[in-house]
Amino acid sequence: MLTEQKEKIKDIVTKSQVYKSIFRRGFGDTPRNRALAILGNVFLHLHPPYVMRHALKFTHSWCMGGITFLLFIVLCFTGVFLCFYYHPDKINAYRDMKYFEYDVPFGVVLRNMHRWAAHLMVITVWLHMTRVFMTGAYKPPREFNWAVGVILLVLTLLLSFTGYLLPDDQLGFWAVTVGTNMARATPLLGHEGPFGEQLGATAYNDIRFALLGGSVVGGNALLRAYVWHCVAMPVTAIIFLAVHFWRTRKDGGTAGPL
Amino acid sequence: MWHNIWIIASKPDNIPIVGMLVLVLFFGFLSFWLAFKNDRIRRAAAVRPKPESGKAKRDAVDVIDIMYPESEQGLPKKVSCWPHLVKLEFICAIAVMALLMFWSIPIDAPLEEPSDPTLTPNPSKAPWYFLGLQDMLVYFDPWIAGVLLPTFIIVGLMVIPYIDVNPKGNGYYTFAERPFAILTYWFGFFVLWVLEIVIGTFCRGPGWMFFWPGQEWDPHRVVAEVNINWNEFLANITGVTTLKTETAGLLLGIITILTYFGLGMLIPYLWLKKRSAPIIDQLGLIRYSVVGFFFWTMMALSIKIVLRLAFSIKYILVTPWFNI
Repeated sequence: MLTEQKEKIKDIVTKSQVYKSIFRRGFGDTPRNRALAILGNVFLHLHPPYVMRHALKFTHSWCMGGITFLLFIVLCFTGVFLCFYYHPDKINAYRDMKYFEYDVPFGVVLRNMHRWAAHLMVITVWLHMTRVFMTGAYKPPREFNWAVGVILLVLTLLLSFTGYLLPDDQLGFWAVTVGTNMARATPLLGHEGPFGEQLGATAYNDIRFALLGGSVVGGNALLRAYVWHCVAMPVTAIIFLAVHFWRTRKDGGTAGPL
Repeated sequence: MWHNIWIIASKPDNIPIVGMLVLVLFFGFLSFWLAFKNDRIRRAAAVRPKPESGKAKRDAVDVIDIMYPESEQGLPKKVSCWPHLVKLEFICAIAVMALLMFWSIPIDAPLEEPSDPTLTPNPSKAPWYFLGLQDMLVYFDPWIAGVLLPTFIIVGLMVIPYIDVNPKGNGYYTFAERPFAILTYWFGFFVLWVLEIVIGTFCRGPGWMFFWPGQEWDPHRVVAEVNINWNEFLANITGVTTLKTETAGLLLGIITILTYFGLGMLIPYLWLKKRSAPIIDQLGLIRYSVVGFFFWTMMALSIKIVLRLAFSIKYILVTPWFNI
């Protein structure tokens, strides 16, 4: 009696117009349904319906590319929540860190997770690169995708670097000061670099000034780091990620011996 | 002694560095172990008698041997992504999220005092992933360590697929088929990047001076460094005092660098030509020069480090505008 009713309810739900408009396939374990599960879902559609068996082996792929992407998603989510509370100016930035520590619900875990995921992502990107190198997966036809991957590696490091300044504490301030002081020495474009002085570069018009929006790491640098970190670079990274994934598929998926 | 190491290693921001070292060593050993295993299998397959039909390609046979244990060799080559791959991704994602949670709850992200431009910490360190570059500042001027080398690293990485003409080892672990590529990669990645980060974290104390692990970071330590330039060094050993002049230094520097790259290009070329290695024709002039340039530039880093540590040599080339 009860099972009969259950079946009936299930029937009503799965045959309703609403349900069928959302889920296009049945539950039967058929090759067609398996393919549709991938093809009919915009997120899973990153995958092809079928993959080479070797691509599933942990020892072959180390899962590092996927973990990197997962960490990128984690960083986007935690980053959005951090953005709700954070003000990129000299007066508020450090106070907001204390605000996270003492006031914001789960604020500490939120900030911790953002930082550790960022550090972890730097490591997994390097391991992903190492795996791709060791399996020779950059060889034809995947040369271009390797170059895209190098750009993504650089973007990862720059994202992490711009985020370093945002708490506006001694650690971030001096790390970014040390980092951006290098820009002074850029050949031609920095005022302390080779031929920079001869070309009229000063501390107030060289490339470091452009990066910091000033001659010291101050309020403008904080705002610039914030805009790079939260808008410009994530968007750039997403565009390159799209190309990276697309080319991975077009070039034949995870490299294996064929 | 262990106390000092523990203080540095247990800093929240240094935990990732310890983790990185463990992970890089683990996956490094894994990749080499797989590579050597595959090489053994391929060597064994090479001496095996050909299949009687004679149609099966030798390479295809070897490759299946490498990738799958015998019990799996009869299975279809392709599997459906749903559920096989999606399931693995899901498990992997849960594992990583769990790790991240357990890491984020007990260990707080560092937060020091509010930034103060008038209070410089000693040592001031760049973010840990750039410590290799910061450590290069000891051996090179900032325009090389901070601008030129990063550019070379990025461009050098990007050109790898275009200069590696070896068609073997595409898609599987192997060492025997591409020893030069793999050794070069590990020298650059592990020795020059990862180890430099570890040195920058654990061995660079106040004043960016070198401290052995466990040695107390004494901010008042004074090390008398008497660094001399290459031409002065040569003048000292040969006794020719004219070498100490600026002009001599300039000329000597240019000659040394040109000779270094010139011989670096020429000797491998002649050696490979003598053995009539096909790689010379496969590479062509442009690719060969690019390989040579990046390879010897990378080697120059380690040579400069040795020259500085062993002979206190500061610059190879001194000009009024820049020094190398």
